[in-house]
Amino acid sequence: MANLEPIPAHVEAWVGEKRYPEEGEFDVERGYIFSSCASVQNGNPIFWDEKVANEITDGPIAPPSMISVWFRPHFWAPYREEEGKPMQTHFDLKEHLGLPEAIMSDNTITFGVPVRVGDRLKTHQVIRSISDPKTTKLGTGRFWVIEIVYENQNGEHVGTESYTGFGYKRG
Amino acid sequence: MATTESITLGKVEKGAKLPEWSLDVSVTDVVLGALATRDWRPMHHDKDFAQERNGVRHIFVNTPHNAAYFEKFITDWTGPKGRLGKIKFRMKDSVFPGDTMTMIGEVSDVRTDDQGCGWADLEIQMKVGENVTTFCSASVAIPTDDNDNPWKRKGGDWQP
Repeated sequence: MANLEPIPAHVEAWVGEKRYPEEGEFDVERGYIFSSCASVQNGNPIFWDEKVANEITDGPIAPPSMISVWFRPHFWAPYREEEGKPMQTHFDLKEHLGLPEAIMSDNTITFGVPVRVGDRLKTHQVIRSISDPKTTKLGTGRFWVIEIVYENQNGEHVGTESYTGFGYKRG
Repeated sequence: MATTESITLGKVEKGAKLPEWSLDVSVTDVVLGALATRDWRPMHHDKDFAQERNGVRHIFVNTPHNAAYFEKFITDWTGPKGRLGKIKFRMKDSVFPGDTMTMIGEVSDVRTDDQGCGWADLEIQMKVGENVTTFCSASVAIPTDDNDNPWKRKGGDWQP
């Protein structure tokens, strides 16, 4: 079983802090909506039929479960020197806690106003907790809970995601 | 199957089963889901990375793709007026290419909140064989009658 270092003081200080406020790199658009629906065979007509969308959802919207998609950075961009990583806080914890591998275990999403085509969303991340060392079939590491809050360009709450990650060392 | 019909609160009973849905998962499915969720991380498209770095047998379905499967499963049952309020899921194991993924679900509660919104609470499992890979609890708003539409709720009238 791998031994873990204590949580550094600067990482302890991150808990509860509002981190990485940012705006999405592109507007909500129908191409990704269609791709998302196609990837899971979601034929809900509010996403495929504009007439139905106008009647039921006052126009085209994105599937609520796509909420995090709008913040996943481009893999490469001319204005960025390093690969953009979504949920940077998760990668910060991996790096600063010395835990090279990680999976996500729990995910809770609460949905607010619908995300609409043309929206430009904003978000920030908060670490809610970091666990004591734990050992699973994957290895030894720590669980952590990260909350991500999403708003649209009008400041309306569109959703909150809570992720539980497990960062670990194999063996 | 796409339909413009939606269930209503009075036709939903606690204990009712949602129609089961299965998929023979392919490499394309996993990669398609990763791309559709803009997840470029290699464990979702690079088998060698998944095996050598993550210690798993193949690339696997990612978290937001998982969420999209649950949304599809729920709204296939509710119809287009069904509006997801909250979804919580716990992944116990991964879904890999070659797996037959099956989704089953049951209504755990039917209720109306203080704002008059109708809700069905659901317990859903994503399984591969007898192994439950993900447990999911969800609350979906459904119309109280044919004239109701949860998507019209705003502000204090929407309390998921």
